[in-house]
Amino acid sequence: MTAPTVTTGTSHTTEPNLARDDRARWLHPLAWWAWALGVAAAASMTTNPLLLLGLITCTAVVVDRRRSDAPWARSFGFFLRLALIVVAFRLVAQILFVAPMGTTVLLELPGIMLPSWLAGIRLGGTLMLEPALHALYEGLRLAAIIVAVGAASSLASPHRLLKSIPAAVYEVGVSVVVATTFLPQLASDVARIRANRRLRGRTDSGLRGVSGTVMPVLHGAMDRSIALAAAMDSRGYGRSAAVSRARSRLTTTVFIVGLAAIAIGTYGVLGTGSVATWGAGILIAGVVCVVVGVSLAGRRSLRTRYRPNTWHRPDVLTALAGGVVAATFVIASLQDSAGMNPSTSPPQWPTLPVLALIGLVAALAPAYLTPPTPSVGPATDLDPAKVDPPGRAES
Amino acid sequence: MIEFDNVSIRYSPDAPCVMDNVNLTVAEGEFILVVGGTGSGKSTLLGAINGLVPHFTGGVLTGDVRIDGRSTSTNRPRDLADLVGVVPQDPMASFVTDTVEEELAYTMECLGIAPAVMRRRVEETLDLLGLQELRHRPLRTLSGGQRQRAAIGAVLTAHPRVLVLDEPTSALDPGAAEEVLAALHRLVHDLGVTVVLAEHRLERVLQYADRIIALSSPGGPITIGSPAEIMSTAPIAPPVVHLGRVAGWSPTPITVRDARRQASTLRHLLVGHVPPVRVVEQSTVAATTKHLDIHYGTTRALRSVSATLHRGEVIALMGRNGAGKSTMLHSLVGMTKPTGGSIDIAGIQPSDVDGPDLIRRVGLVPQEPADLLEAATVAEECAASDKDAGCDPGTTRALLALLAPEIVDTTHPRDLSEGQRLLLVLSLVLAARPGVICLDEPTRGLDYSTKERLAGVISDLSSAGHTVIVATHDVELAADVASRVIILADGEIVADGSTADVITSSPMFAPQVAKILAPQPWLTVEQVRRALAQDSA
Repeated sequence: MTAPTVTTGTSHTTEPNLARDDRARWLHPLAWWAWALGVAAAASMTTNPLLLLGLITCTAVVVDRRRSDAPWARSFGFFLRLALIVVAFRLVAQILFVAPMGTTVLLELPGIMLPSWLAGIRLGGTLMLEPALHALYEGLRLAAIIVAVGAASSLASPHRLLKSIPAAVYEVGVSVVVATTFLPQLASDVARIRANRRLRGRTDSGLRGVSGTVMPVLHGAMDRSIALAAAMDSRGYGRSAAVSRARSRLTTTVFIVGLAAIAIGTYGVLGTGSVATWGAGILIAGVVCVVVGVSLAGRRSLRTRYRPNTWHRPDVLTALAGGVVAATFVIASLQDSAGMNPSTSPPQWPTLPVLALIGLVAALAPAYLTPPTPSVGPATDLDPAKVDPPGRAES
Repeated sequence: MIEFDNVSIRYSPDAPCVMDNVNLTVAEGEFILVVGGTGSGKSTLLGAINGLVPHFTGGVLTGDVRIDGRSTSTNRPRDLADLVGVVPQDPMASFVTDTVEEELAYTMECLGIAPAVMRRRVEETLDLLGLQELRHRPLRTLSGGQRQRAAIGAVLTAHPRVLVLDEPTSALDPGAAEEVLAALHRLVHDLGVTVVLAEHRLERVLQYADRIIALSSPGGPITIGSPAEIMSTAPIAPPVVHLGRVAGWSPTPITVRDARRQASTLRHLLVGHVPPVRVVEQSTVAATTKHLDIHYGTTRALRSVSATLHRGEVIALMGRNGAGKSTMLHSLVGMTKPTGGSIDIAGIQPSDVDGPDLIRRVGLVPQEPADLLEAATVAEECAASDKDAGCDPGTTRALLALLAPEIVDTTHPRDLSEGQRLLLVLSLVLAARPGVICLDEPTRGLDYSTKERLAGVISDLSSAGHTVIVATHDVELAADVASRVIILADGEIVADGSTADVITSSPMFAPQVAKILAPQPWLTVEQVRRALAQDSA
């Protein structure tokens, strides 16, 4: 046995010294969404593979430079994979099912003709260049849109986004926040309880195993929900300002009128001629009513916001960049339809419209115009699934 | 500040009173400690202060509870949020947002405090509680002590006049517990906050209290008085008080410092006595680990841990939160596969086997014993256990009858008290007669009487030849039952030796009796009592 030596450190507050960049700041989440939606809109205007690849590359560079190390920011990888799958699926579907058109033979595959009672579809057979190219371009366009949305969701913090929603729908926001913290906890509960089954000598992993896990997990989730509800009540959640009866009646009326106007207006817009014009008017009036209603309802809430998202120059520039990308691509598609949608039959080498090139530069700009994103902590700390083995619940 | 005026509480109109005609007044800036056994109504008393009882829990409250003149009958908990801050037992379950800074601001956002004021108060509170380094950290990555301080900070930003805490140190190691208590002490003295705190581990908090509210049983009488008054007669008391009674000191010592001043005569009397040492013949090896390494990603939870455990030993595994205690236990039952090195328990490597082969050799009562319970009644649970362990029907039930005779067959396991649940799970584990039994943090939330019972069970198991390994923060339990102590730090063994050798020399892990009687190596009041009894005989 070794001589008793005892350490007594209480260094619970020591932290790995994170090199913090002084300029680091969270960009306004709406700025990221504006930029990303601009890129998505631009992508939808073109089938030019060079432009689409350009958009995807620019998006990826921005994400790479400005993504945080928070767990939700990792979703970009998932979206990239999804985009690849979409392109691959589109190509495979083309090869398998679509009748050969065009003249340039790319590949000779064995094919069969399904019998006529199966609609006479042909499987496989000669693969032509023209339809394959067409499928590839279409697939790329969808991929670019998916990548843009993925970029926004991994750049804009979901919690910060919730800070920008109106006070009247705040309760909805809270349930989303609670769910986002609750689900990972539930998952780690399940892992822990499943691992603990071993302690009773259970090896069954089938249906019986699941039923044995469900009860303790549900009990745990129930207890936690009650504890959370009690804690939120004690901390003042749900306090509301006194509102006069007249005001609350007015709010309800405005809401109902607004919603009715939106319904009628939408119906009208789908019609033709003057009906459509009237419909558009009613629709706009309805939207205005609802916006007024939301702001009236918001007055009932006492809540204030801690460090609300603010717009600074980089945030505005990022949102504008999204607008510029969309605008250049729209104008380019009006001016130079052939350049934006290169012909696949006969196949033509795609060209690069100058205006769209400017759009690409705008898409890339946020990577350099925005401040760096702050770090949320050492990466290993963030993923308890990696740090903790199932069953490790050291508090 | 807090007034209870003829308060009676029952949870349904025909149920017995949990609190019967209570009158008490707490002045501003007092540090009040609430003591009482499990189920004596501590949580009810705490809940009544901010109106969670009866507004949230249901039930009937007669009489009146007033906080700073505001009655809880007309003010809901949310209306009192600016006045009373409540820190619940499990801070993790009370967090609403995801980072420290946001959590600190949450209460103020609900109260509608102006943004500029919020900004200032968050900064002040970060400094006050030493959280500035952690401000951007996600809450779930914090350690136990950090979480507790963040939870206190989260209610403090609203500048409440009263702070209510339910067992704030029960899950913490001694160091982290002191951090939290020091922060509270500062609030009381610098800001005049009134603190009401319930805690089982009196040895940690008694020295901070101005007055004590002692609860006897649900609906029973409530006494309130200075620590010395209450402790001179209270059945629930920390070792320092018990030692004072054994030695016949007056006034009753409350702190180690008080006791040391009076202890010189006792030390003198004890010269020539040797504390009885629990000697375990280290002949039969029960388990060995050789250069055990366990890594999770880049975290090294255990580094080259080599230890030999013998039959009949009771080993206390101690160390900070996150030092690797739980990992060590998990590896012994094969829930974690070693990255390097090996474990041998009765000829097997635990991670290679499961089912009866495993549970007949080694068993673990996890930190949350309820995780193992899935049946609707105690009887069903015991029957399932007999089947799992492959033993005769009735074995588990007979074991349970030995450990906790008062438990009834038809009870739902979730309705048992925390201590009873622990003993139920222990009997499930014991049914397979494992040679090695691991207990992970068993005394969390247990009152003194349940702890004594557990200590008795552990001693019996050891006499019957089981090896018992207890991971614990509770130094008094370690002093009471362990024959050997292993201290882990950062996944390495830093001390391994007999209990007296290891813990008497440590300022952090020494039990109160050792601190009082140092340099003599006494660990428990019982040892001292026996030595004195020999003298008088």
